[in-house]
Amino acid sequence: MNWGSWSEFWNMGGHGGYVWSAYGVTAALVVLEVLLLRARLGRARRGSSSRRVRPARAPGGQGG
Amino acid sequence: MAESSPPRTGFHLFRYAAPPEFFRLAGRAVPCFGVLALLLGGAGLYLGFFVAPVDAQQGQVYRIMFVHVPAAWMAMFIYVVMAFWAAMGLVFNTRMSAILASGLAPTGALMAFLSLWTGALWGRPAWGTYWDWDARMTSTLILLFLYMGFMALHSAIDDVRRADRAAGVLALVGVVNVPIIYFSVQWWNTLHQGSSITLGKAPSIATPMLAAMLVMTFAFWMYCIAAALTRARAIVLERERDSDWVRALAGEGA
Amino acid sequence: MTGALWAVIRRDLLLALRQRGDVLNVLLFFVVVITMLPLGVGPEMGTLRLIGAGWVWVAALLASIVSLARLFAQDYADGALEQLMLSGQPATAIVVGKILAHWLVTGAPITLAAIPIAVMFDLGFERAATLVAALALGTPALSLIGAIGAALTLGLRGGGVLVTLLVLPLTAPVLIFGAAAVEATAGGLSPAPDFLFLGGLSLGAAALAPWAIATALRISLE
Repeated sequence: MNWGSWSEFWNMGGHGGYVWSAYGVTAALVVLEVLLLRARLGRARRGSSSRRVRPARAPGGQGG
Repeated sequence: MAESSPPRTGFHLFRYAAPPEFFRLAGRAVPCFGVLALLLGGAGLYLGFFVAPVDAQQGQVYRIMFVHVPAAWMAMFIYVVMAFWAAMGLVFNTRMSAILASGLAPTGALMAFLSLWTGALWGRPAWGTYWDWDARMTSTLILLFLYMGFMALHSAIDDVRRADRAAGVLALVGVVNVPIIYFSVQWWNTLHQGSSITLGKAPSIATPMLAAMLVMTFAFWMYCIAAALTRARAIVLERERDSDWVRALAGEGA
Repeated sequence: MTGALWAVIRRDLLLALRQRGDVLNVLLFFVVVITMLPLGVGPEMGTLRLIGAGWVWVAALLASIVSLARLFAQDYADGALEQLMLSGQPATAIVVGKILAHWLVTGAPITLAAIPIAVMFDLGFERAATLVAALALGTPALSLIGAIGAALTLGLRGGGVLVTLLVLPLTAPVLIFGAAAVEATAGGLSPAPDFLFLGGLSLGAAALAPWAIATALRISLE
């Protein structure tokens, strides 16, 4: 074991702010991605996707 | 077209090029990868914080390495995989390949961003500045721009198949460029530093540190696969919205 | 093949000649962007001499990308591009021809314009010569890489900003070696290795980009 006490752990040798900001934002963004993906999949399942995705039309129908 | 139904003959390579097949397979795979990510992540963090010793020069703050390095590797790796699927999509004209590429991009961009963020937070206590334009960080920043360019181009084109193909070409051009960019940025950096190249962000790397780093890298890898597959599944449902099998799914309320 | 190549070059040069204004605008853009630097960092010659070459390269990048809108957009708008691609002539010949013509009216003038600009930044003869040579070697790569972006974004809204976003990161190596060449001369070293890289980048781009551009055009024309 590396740490004498929990407060030592959180302190990270004086660099707690840096370490936990790094890990914290990583964890937060990962969780955010997971939540957003689950929401997106749920919406898509229910057939009410917010993205309007138009399938390809016949040639001449697009281009500007 | 062989796309819409699995081939009956022996060669099943393109079976999962059919969206419903992919959807089902990925649906079973994602939880496995998710669980692996959690287990490996837990193990890696334990190794990183409770087994790996203090570093002689950097003290405790070097432990940021255990997220910084995996994120950086994933950012690069995902771009290559993305380019691979883009190439598959262009060569075989399979929609599923392009969907996989699109599913990977945001996760790759996230990894690139995290690499930069954690790198900055590591750099400040360890080397004095949040950002110092070193070769690796600058290359990662450019990589982030390449990811965002891919996503921007795809969303700028209304016709989704044209978007797939155009972004695919961009991804291929990017993947050819990435080694060149990396090399030239390294050259640029040593040029302007004058003194000897400072290689190690992690100086002498002790075994427990290496172990923790590798385990965390695998954890990130498993996570990225799960995230990309989930996104691909969502894209499949969005695009195939009007087809029978998707309607049936919505009806099930599953 | 060469017949088509020359035909395309001749046509594009003729068009550029008739629309001299557009060509001059690009040059003007180049010079204006460069002039912004001293306004931003102050007129101290020491500073300008130090960072001038790098800034000239950035301006060259931006001017190349800005001018790319002309490359395909006009022909795309009036259907000429589609005709060219359907004409049965090899797409790569058409593409190379257009880019060569484009470079002749943008990259080449920019390279020459660098001479008076080198004076504005008091670079001295050696550095100026290196800068001009580097631009001559590197601007073809800029045209080629930029053309990929132009081809991919044909007819899209978001126009210039999108192309710039896509193309700039890809041109980083050219910028790096182009500016490094001038640095080398400033430091008394030979710029030869940087020239080799620049030349290599342009040649590599010349070999690979036409395929990418032709593919991108086909995709955009659908």
